[in-house]
Formats: sequence, C-alpha cells, structure tokens
Amino acid sequence: MKLFPIRGGIHPDYRKELASEKAIVALPLPATLYIPLQMHIGAPAEVLVNEGDLVKKGQMIARSGGAVSVPQHAPTSGRIQAITQIVAPHPSGLAQTTIVIEADGKDEWAELPEPIADPFAADTFAINERVAASGIVGMGGAAFPSAVKLSLGTLKKLDTLLLNGAECEPYLTCDDRVMREYADEIIDGARIMAHALGAPKVVIAIEQNKPQAIDIMTKAAAAFAEIAVVGVPVQYPMGSERHLVQAITGRETPARKLTADIGVVVHNVATARAVHHAVRFGRPLVSRVVTVSGGAVREPNNIEAPIGARVADLIAFCGGFEAEPASLVNGGPMMGQPLPSLDAPVVKGMSGILALTAAEINQQPASACIRCGSCVTICPCGLVPVEMAAFIRKDNFEVAARLGVMDCVSCGSCSWVCPSHIPLVQYFNYAKGMINIQERERRKNDQTRILAEAHTQRVEKAAAEKAAALAAKKAQAAAAAAAKQKDETPA
Amino acid sequence: MSFLSTHQSGPFTHQVSSVQKTMFTVLLALMPATAFNLYLFGWPAILLFTVTIGSCVAAEAVCLMLAGQPTKAALSDYSAALSGWLLAMSLPPWAPWWIGVLGAVFAIGLAKHTFGGIGQNMFNPAMVARVALLVSFPVVMTAWVMPHPLFSAGAPGLADAIAITFGGQVPDSVSAASALGYVKTELSRGIPVTQSIAHVPDLMDMALGTRAGSLGETSAVLILAGGLFLMAKRIISWHTPVAVMGSLFLMGTLFHAIDPARYTDGLFHLMSGATFLGAFFICTDYVTSPVSKKGQLIFGAGCGMLTWTIRTYAGYPEGMAFAVLLMNSLTPIIDQYTRPRAFGRTLKGEPLPLEGKL
Repeated sequence: MKLFPIRGGIHPDYRKELASEKAIVALPLPATLYIPLQMHIGAPAEVLVNEGDLVKKGQMIARSGGAVSVPQHAPTSGRIQAITQIVAPHPSGLAQTTIVIEADGKDEWAELPEPIADPFAADTFAINERVAASGIVGMGGAAFPSAVKLSLGTLKKLDTLLLNGAECEPYLTCDDRVMREYADEIIDGARIMAHALGAPKVVIAIEQNKPQAIDIMTKAAAAFAEIAVVGVPVQYPMGSERHLVQAITGRETPARKLTADIGVVVHNVATARAVHHAVRFGRPLVSRVVTVSGGAVREPNNIEAPIGARVADLIAFCGGFEAEPASLVNGGPMMGQPLPSLDAPVVKGMSGILALTAAEINQQPASACIRCGSCVTICPCGLVPVEMAAFIRKDNFEVAARLGVMDCVSCGSCSWVCPSHIPLVQYFNYAKGMINIQERERRKNDQTRILAEAHTQRVEKAAAEKAAALAAKKAQAAAAAAAKQKDETPA
Repeated sequence: MSFLSTHQSGPFTHQVSSVQKTMFTVLLALMPATAFNLYLFGWPAILLFTVTIGSCVAAEAVCLMLAGQPTKAALSDYSAALSGWLLAMSLPPWAPWWIGVLGAVFAIGLAKHTFGGIGQNMFNPAMVARVALLVSFPVVMTAWVMPHPLFSAGAPGLADAIAITFGGQVPDSVSAASALGYVKTELSRGIPVTQSIAHVPDLMDMALGTRAGSLGETSAVLILAGGLFLMAKRIISWHTPVAVMGSLFLMGTLFHAIDPARYTDGLFHLMSGATFLGAFFICTDYVTSPVSKKGQLIFGAGCGMLTWTIRTYAGYPEGMAFAVLLMNSLTPIIDQYTRPRAFGRTLKGEPLPLEGKL
C-alpha cells in the first residue's frame, strides 16, 4: 500500500523493549476498587447505587450523564462501601466523586445483555446503543465516548475505518501486546465498527517497530478482503489522528474539521476489542491493559487491570520501585500527564503508568533561545513554536492565536528537541487555556450585551407605546372637548 | 508517596542536547582549519588568536556582571568563545593585539549585550566587529602577509612574534595582497581580469590555503571538512551553505561569461576570500539567520549575491561581512514571510477547503 509522508516529527528513545516481550497478565483482584464518575470527555456519569448496595460484575452503577458521556459499571462483584471524594488521576491532584467497591472475591457476573446475534445484520443504531451502554471510550488515551464517534456514519459519508495501532509513544506496549494476543477479537470488533459506520474499508496501521504485531494482525485479517494491515514508518507523532489519516490516505484534514469530514474515522485497536466484547458477549468495559514501565519499576509489565484498581496495586504487582522515581506519568512520556498520587485509580483511558528516573527524563533548567530553528523543522503541524512562545511569554495571546497556537496538538516534539530545554508545549497549553477563557468571557459578554440591548429595546418600546397611548388619549380628549365646545356653541 | 512536587508537564523525556554541546561542536568543527592556519601564519597568529578569544570571554563576563546576570552558567555555553574564534579568523593574522581587544568590545559589548545577550542580537557579533574594525582601521585590517609556517626559515620566533603582535613591528617586506584585493587593484589601474588573474595563486593553492589572507579565508578544504562535520552532526543543514555558494558561483559564472575582462569567474569567487567560512560558519549562525529552511535559502542566496555585488562594484575587495550584516537586518522580515504552511491550512492560514472529499 502506498503511504504518504507526514511533516516533521522526531525519533525519541523508544525503550519499548522494557515491556514488549511481557505477555499480558491479569492483576490479582484488589480488595477495593475506586470508580470515578468522570473518566471520559464529556459530562460525568450519574450515580445509580447507594452505600451498602450489593453489586455484581458488569452491573451499571452510574448512568450516562448526557449526550456526550458514558455509564460506569462495577468491575467486580461486591458491596458499595462509599460514594466519596477520592484523588483523581489528573495533574491537579484534586479529588472527584468516586464509587468505592469492596470486592467480595467471587468476581460474579451480573446478568448481561444478550449478545447481538448477527451484528452485520443489525442496524447502526442497535450497535451504537450497545457500545454506549457498555461504557466504551477511546482507549488510546483521549477517552472520548466511542458511541458518539461511531454515529458519525449517519452524518457523513465515510469510506475508511482507520484502526490506530501505531502506538508511537515511547515505553507503551499495551496495544502491541493486545494486537499480538487478541488479534481475532480486534479484527471482529473492527468489522462490527466498520459496519456501524457504513465504511466499506478497514485499514489497520501499525508502526514498523512492531513486526510481530504486523505479522499476526496480517494473518488474522487475511480472511477479510476489506481489511488491510499496514506498517507505517516509525516517526513520532505518527499515532496522531490527523497525521495517521494523512500518512494512510494522503488526505489532509482541514483545520477545525474532523477526519470524518474527509471520509475517515479513527479508532484505537483496544477500543475495537472492547466493542467485540460488548457486542458478542454483552460485556461492558470493566478492565483494560496497562503498560507499567520505566527505569524506576522493578519488573515492567503489561497488566490487564480492572478499572478502579489503584496505581499502587499495579506498581506493587510489578515488584515495586527499583529506584526513587523522579516522575510518575499517566500515559506515554511525550503526551502523558503527571500522576499526582499512587492512590489514583486506573481509568479507561490509561494506557500506561510510567515511573521514570531523573536520567530518563533529562530535565534541565531552561536557558535562552538561540533560534536554532529545530522546533520549526520538526513541528508536525507546520507551526513556528519559537515565535509563538515569544508572544505567549508576553501574554500576547491574540498574536499567538493568529500564529496558530490553537492548531497545536501538544505532541511535545518541540519541547523534546529544544537544545535550550525551553518547555515550549507548556507555553502552548497555557495559551490554549487562556484563549479558551477569553473566548468564554467574550461569549458571556456578548450574551449579556444582547440581553441588555433587548431589555433596553423592550423598555423603550413600552415607553414609546405608553407615550403613544397617552398622546392618543389626549388627542381623543381634545377632540371630544372640541366637539363638545362645538356642540355647546350656539349655531 | 506524593508526586505533587512535580510541577512540570510533559514531555517526560528529552533529546540529549544543550546549547553548550551545540556551541562546542561548532568549535570542534573549526579546529582543523584553525590549527592548520595557526601553523601557516606562525606565532603572531597564535598570539592574536589567544588575545581575541580571551578578550571576548572577558568582555562577556564583564557585560554579564554589569547586567547582574549569573556569569558562570552563561560563560560555560562557549558562545563568547565562538564569537571570539570567528572574529579572530576574520582578522589579518599578524594584526596587533589591540585589534583583537577592540574587536571583542565591538562583538560582545556592542553587538551582543546591548541587545540583551545570547539569542537576542540582531547582527552577527563577529561580523559587526570585523566591519567596525575594517572601517575604522583600514590599513591595519588589510595588512595581509604570506604564510610563514611555524619553524620554517624566515618564520618569526616567539620573541619576534611578541614584537609583531604587542610592539606593532610588522616587517614591511612580508606584506602581500589577497587575491581579491590584487585583482581589484589591478582592475582600477585598467588591467583586465584576464591578465591579473595570472598573478594570483592558482585555485589549488587557494583551496589548500597557502596564500595570503585572514586565518579563516585560507584553506577552503579544511573549512569545508568542518562544515560537512556540522551537517553530519545535524547542527546545520545544507540549505544555507548551498544557497550562499550557489548564488555566488552563479553570479560569478554568468557575468564572467558576459565579460571575462571585467568579471572574475565563479570558481574564483568560490575559492577566494571568506566564501567557505562565511557559507558554513557565519551565515549559518542560528541567532541572526532565519529559523525556517525556506527562509535560510533566501537568506543564503541574499548573502551570496550581495557578496558578489560588493566584491565586484564596491570599494572593498571582500564583501562577505557586509553582505551578512545586510541580510541579518532582513532576518525578521524573512522569518515573517517564510512561515511554513500549517497542517490543514492554506498558506494564508485559512482552513483548507473540503475538496478532497469523495
């Protein structure tokens, strides 16, 4: 298959060998699980259970909180111990409402929805409904509700479902392992998703540093003419949705549009597996494969962990820390977020837990920019980081926006390459936040202004009407008086 | 255990690189050409070289102290040493010590720190210093000598060298004109290029460096080797050097074809003066050249064409330094007009139209 080049990109130290040959193992069931109501993009789920309730594995314990939201399910059987505030896997370290389940150890399944007997005969709506009810989100890290993305086929004409198995982040090997060990489940899930989307073609893109995965997936897909497995060049950020679409189809998604607007929908390989489980067995998303790796971890591993297990449980299962970690990361080292605490739970979008040593992070104090232009050369979005950062440093967001800071995908390549160690992507994330706040403020002001103007208009109109009525009354009275006078005047 | 002390966001990995390493690699690339030229021009050159770099580092330290900035970290980035090194390479090798000291004041004090120090200067510090010196002291700055290799017969010993560099006692008999200067002088006397070119060193001598000139002007081959080393190390890319030398060669060849008696040929332009040093080490200066590859091509071509123009029509035989400074002043505007096309947008910044849709 002909591939297309993408702009820029970097070749970080991948260090996938730490975990790539470790087969997926299930985490021994922890005694307590913590299910946050929000582990996806959109509205938080709404609690359906009370303290003390007994729940079974797979039972819905919180329902979807809106059009863009997902329900949460019990990852095991047990008793609701509390519904309380627990630290979330978010850089802020703030707590959020979390359902705490005390496991009974039986891991007993609830009565699950019937499998969809022939998904390829079912309509889009039935499949999407099942995916939505199963609480599935994008498992590559973004955690966007998958059913919402699967319904794009009803709105746009699609030709390709692109399954993202690029896994371009260093260290992470969970998708690699899932592809190697559960290829048939992914292929089946992908065919169901393509059917729901109305996309005639499926392309599974895998970076060439995963030859076994490419080989196994190619064999698993051999029976289906509509599926192509493609090895893509090792080039970070190949796994970025828009860039992968460009590499595979040559089509460039216009700014402020979706890839669906140019006929392609992208889903992660692990999401396809979750869809397979939901449709074929009625099983909701209650566990995921997490790569636990980094130089500070004693035995890096790929762990199938129930949602809600604490990060500490996974670290302990890997033999604990070998060295004091300098940073604990949720996700890959390029785009992952700092984990505030070992007490944070595993969530649906958590692809990796990295405990990194200071040597691996290689963080140094920033020095002055020497305008070397490396950031311009490697920016996969064609932006000029050096210039944007200069304006953002002066809080000039207007110019930064004009230079395209809102088009930045925060891949971090510029920060990685900068010889002055300037944290460029931090500048851009800060600017994006500020611009969003200003935008909200502006919208609010506009709204206020419109309401105020409408109010003034109403008041003026009422006053005018009143004046008119008064004037009419006066005129009438005058006319009547005149008539009376006329009457009274003797002829 | 809490990790809340982590106040930095991603990426949690970084390329092994630093400003210090970059600057050091450039110094390393200059090493062979410098060593060979110091050998060629002997003790006076070694003394001047040492004085110039020492003064630049001292000037940097003084400026940093005056600005109340930490001196130790800034001095260890080698940027002042590099400026001094490049300045020394653009001076006549037997020039007196005060040329080096004054050059350091111009380069580091005026060109670099009045603008705010590293990364902030508009103009290439070494070239500002060279041009200021050339305009202020034209005689001293054009007193070229023929090579007197170390330990060869007639080469000055250390004591003679001290007298030359610190006593200003340059023996009259040793002065010589550079090839560019010679051709220009002859042309002004009405002698056509076709005749005068026979008396300049042949291209092979010019490539190897056994001719009169500044430290960095001679030995194109070793400068080229250093430049290729920088490319291999990805410190510079091919864009600037190719644009500089390509445009200079094209202009030379074109006008030579039109009138061989008036214009020297392209190869002569490439091999003479500071073409190689300029193309690989001066025009590629990060701070004062454009950041995008497209911008670097324009910048380089401008440097090449201006160099040719100044060499051919202006009063000075060599124009690289002037050309670089003129193009430095255009860098911000070149940067503005050569921004890459953003993903999903047209060159004008509008979102791409949805035409690729089926």
